[in-house]
Amino acid sequence: MPDIRVTVDGVRYDDQVEARRLLVHHLRRLGKVGTPVGCDTSNCGACTVLMDGVSVKSCTVLAVQADGSRISTVEGMAADGAWHPLQTAFHRRHALQCGYCTPGMLMAASDLLQDNPDPTEAEVREGLEGNLCRCTGYANIVAAVLDAAAEMRADGPAAAQAPAGRTPVGGGAA
Amino acid sequence: MIPAPFDHVRPDSLGAAVAALAADEDAKALAGGQSLVPLLRFRLAAPSTVVDLSGVDGLRGVADDGDALRIGALTTHHEVARDPLVAEHCALLAMAARTVADPAVRHRGTLGGSLAHADPAADLPAAALALGAEMEVEGPDGARTVPAPEFFADYLTTALEPGEVLAAVRVPKLTGWGFHYEKFTRTAQAWAVVGVAAAVRREDGAVAEARVGLANMAPVPVRAGEAERACGGAAGAEDLRAAGALAQGAGSPPSDLNGGADYRRHLAGVLAGRALARAAGMEAVQA
Repeated sequence: MPDIRVTVDGVRYDDQVEARRLLVHHLRRLGKVGTPVGCDTSNCGACTVLMDGVSVKSCTVLAVQADGSRISTVEGMAADGAWHPLQTAFHRRHALQCGYCTPGMLMAASDLLQDNPDPTEAEVREGLEGNLCRCTGYANIVAAVLDAAAEMRADGPAAAQAPAGRTPVGGGAA
Repeated sequence: MIPAPFDHVRPDSLGAAVAALAADEDAKALAGGQSLVPLLRFRLAAPSTVVDLSGVDGLRGVADDGDALRIGALTTHHEVARDPLVAEHCALLAMAARTVADPAVRHRGTLGGSLAHADPAADLPAAALALGAEMEVEGPDGARTVPAPEFFADYLTTALEPGEVLAAVRVPKLTGWGFHYEKFTRTAQAWAVVGVAAAVRREDGAVAEARVGLANMAPVPVRAGEAERACGGAAGAEDLRAAGALAQGAGSPPSDLNGGADYRRHLAGVLAGRALARAAGMEAVQA
């Protein structure tokens, strides 16, 4: 079985995996169950994580393809116990109903905002086109992302870089 | 679903990749995996070996190669969409790449992977065909170049022989031409019901030459030759919409849950007119 080394939310994990294992299943076996399996058809985006800083659907990446990469999940979003501006905005704007799509929405939104810190509403909708909310709560999700973008711009570029640019934390082997 | 078991190899050279593919007739090449991983997961594909091309140097990036651009097969849709050389010389490819699926898929999906997968509803094959692209193929018997019309052989089938790998795509520079990709989908991130890739060369305010590539109007991407020929001398959007309407006659469109063949023919005519008028700068493009 192939050996892979993946850094997840700042912690390095060395494992032997079956070649057929999907990244989302690997993350969940590592205990990173904040990333759900959604549709399992590459459509819904619930399993979106950042891989080397950009969004990917972790059901559509083999774990072996992630060898050597740096993964950011929703579990690494809050820094030192403080929520990320996107998380705060989702809470304030009631941008979740059942919550199943939320981890993917947050990760896709963080990818969008690091690429485009000042998106229009249309650009937010386009940036989230790969993420489905079965409760159809899109209006509040879009409003929350626009809110977070404004807050992150006001807080300066450091906030806009999180979480992808944050210094890895945690006690994994260096 | 969990894919069926397979062996995974990650060769570090093109030669080793070709050898690995040639050694197992049930082997499959893996680029970004945005088509292959879903097929593995649905168990529509169950290769015995997956040959992961990500370890091969030199398969990624856009290079200026005289009268053409040479785009490595592993260049992602995201990279094609933002590349300055592509924007300058063959922006049609970037326009089509920007419409593929969604941002997460575009981060992983590759130009070569999309062309080699050859889905009839895919956007990039139609754009590659309209641009006159050539495929640089590496195989057990050496390298060869395959023009786009010969590369797309049938439904999900290309001219790639067992053991061959698509290494790069040569796209002739059409500097100064106008381009537009028009795609009709049922929902966001969906496949094209019909897609139209249009390229137009203008002279003295009129159209001198036009090319139209159609997605999902046949088992392979096709050119709308009749529409292309009718564009000559067109001086306004109305002329181009009339010329584009002739795209209805192209191909042999399928009937499926997204639309019947007649509906696709109607769409092709309307979308080709729109794409041509927008490529020629004779009709405003909606944001």
